[in-house]
Amino acid sequence: MAYSDKVIDHYNNPRNVGTLDKAKNSVGTGLVGAPECGDVMRLQIEVDENQIITDAKFKTFGCGSAIASSSLATEWLKGKSVDEALAIDNMDIVEELALPPVKIHCSVLAEDAIKSAINDYRVKNGLPALEMPKSHH
Amino acid sequence: MLTFPIYLDNNATTPLDPRVLEAMMPYFTGKFGNAASRNHAFGWHAEEAVDYAREQIASLINCSPKEIIFTSGATESDNLAIKGVFEMYASKGNHIITATTEHKAVLDTCKHIEKIGGKVTYLPVNAEGLIDLKQLEEAITDKTILISIMYGNNEVGVIQPIREISAIAKKHGVLFFTDATQAVGKIPVDVEADGIDLMAFSGHKMYGPKGVGALYVRRKNPRVKVTAQMDGGGHERGMRSGTLNVPGIVGLGKACEIAKQDMEKDTARLSAMRDRLEKELLTIEESYVNGSREHRLPHVTNISFKYVEGEGLMMGVKDIAVSSGSACTSASLEPSYVLKALGLSDDLAHSSLRFGLSRFTTDEEIDYAINHTKEAVAKLREMSPLWEMFKEGIDLNSIEWAEH
Repeated sequence: MAYSDKVIDHYNNPRNVGTLDKAKNSVGTGLVGAPECGDVMRLQIEVDENQIITDAKFKTFGCGSAIASSSLATEWLKGKSVDEALAIDNMDIVEELALPPVKIHCSVLAEDAIKSAINDYRVKNGLPALEMPKSHH
Repeated sequence: MLTFPIYLDNNATTPLDPRVLEAMMPYFTGKFGNAASRNHAFGWHAEEAVDYAREQIASLINCSPKEIIFTSGATESDNLAIKGVFEMYASKGNHIITATTEHKAVLDTCKHIEKIGGKVTYLPVNAEGLIDLKQLEEAITDKTILISIMYGNNEVGVIQPIREISAIAKKHGVLFFTDATQAVGKIPVDVEADGIDLMAFSGHKMYGPKGVGALYVRRKNPRVKVTAQMDGGGHERGMRSGTLNVPGIVGLGKACEIAKQDMEKDTARLSAMRDRLEKELLTIEESYVNGSREHRLPHVTNISFKYVEGEGLMMGVKDIAVSSGSACTSASLEPSYVLKALGLSDDLAHSSLRFGLSRFTTDEEIDYAINHTKEAVAKLREMSPLWEMFKEGIDLNSIEWAEH
């Protein structure tokens, strides 16, 4: 199976690899997936007082498509409001990266990671957690 | 001069040796006859070529040329051996013993046997990938007709204790079949000394052509028979009908001849290169060889690089053609059943790469593979949240991972 040019580009030049200080209240961390399943994503966002995501970082254990999905997600998150970030759908990622059907779960995981990071941020800041979508992975 | 990509997936298939191709060529064009045509020179030439190939093969595995049944490859040979014995010896029993690390061609054939009323015992293996001989002997019942244990494993290269297995089979009057696809042509295989009753192997794993293989069927002590699985002209002593693939058979014969002649030299070279590759890759922190290193084919190593996912790693070493125990592309997301049978956790199985060397692999290619694998592992670990946790001393088992 050949990878799309965009997946290869994100794999070769991943955007925003790294770690934010998870102890900070302005940082939300999402850790999704499981080592047994062959993919784990950790996605972090830093949110300012206006609810704008000023920074996003990721680290991913997984195949090229999983790495590309999370790299793309961090690119999209920066500059978005938290509400806008919640609207990111896994199918947007599938389309942008031209993921084949067997790799759709990578995009689902990225969407889960975004929502999980936002939830972590909300809970830290006294807001109720949002209901997580059922991962169909 | 290196040419890319570098092929290190020789357990999947090997390139055709040019000497083999040369031997095959005349049988596509000028000498195109049907080996079963008894009434003209075209047929005689073809039959002569097939008989010569039988001798070349017999000489490699120490059997009589009459004991070779040509097939389309090891999968067909596996099917013919297992289904053929099951049908032929139905009056004697219906129980077959095999192992969990067998090739799918054996395992799925055994599943078929279960569907049609047979009983199959799947022996586990230890962490080295070896079966337990005591367990094997205990599994034998008065209904057992066949023991089917592979010679060398395709994923980890582990060699089973063939002589001990055949001794147990003989002691209990049970037939012994071995899928020797990865072993024949690579290590000395001697059906007499090894006590093998039936043996499957194929051309394209030993620098021969694809689409041709053979089943060795013992004719003496005991005389073994298998029920044909295809009806037709009664070729191959009635055990396998179908016009013989003469060029393919000539190629398989030539591949066997070369294997016999070059084995010692090839093995010394291959195992030295493999050992060097392995030693270098094991300098990477948290990397582990899967399966026995003592009882192993000379040209293969299977290594897990912890905290890095295999498919992602293969993408990182895209100039090197290898395979991984990760099955991220399959719908099931299940990693290699062979590695899991060795007791590897799913995450370690997902982190494995298999390197299979060939007669044509060069030292320069090994150098390249070493450097690029090291670089790719380092790069992916920088990106791996699991590696970061490991480095921070976090026990990954203490984390509640999301159910999938």
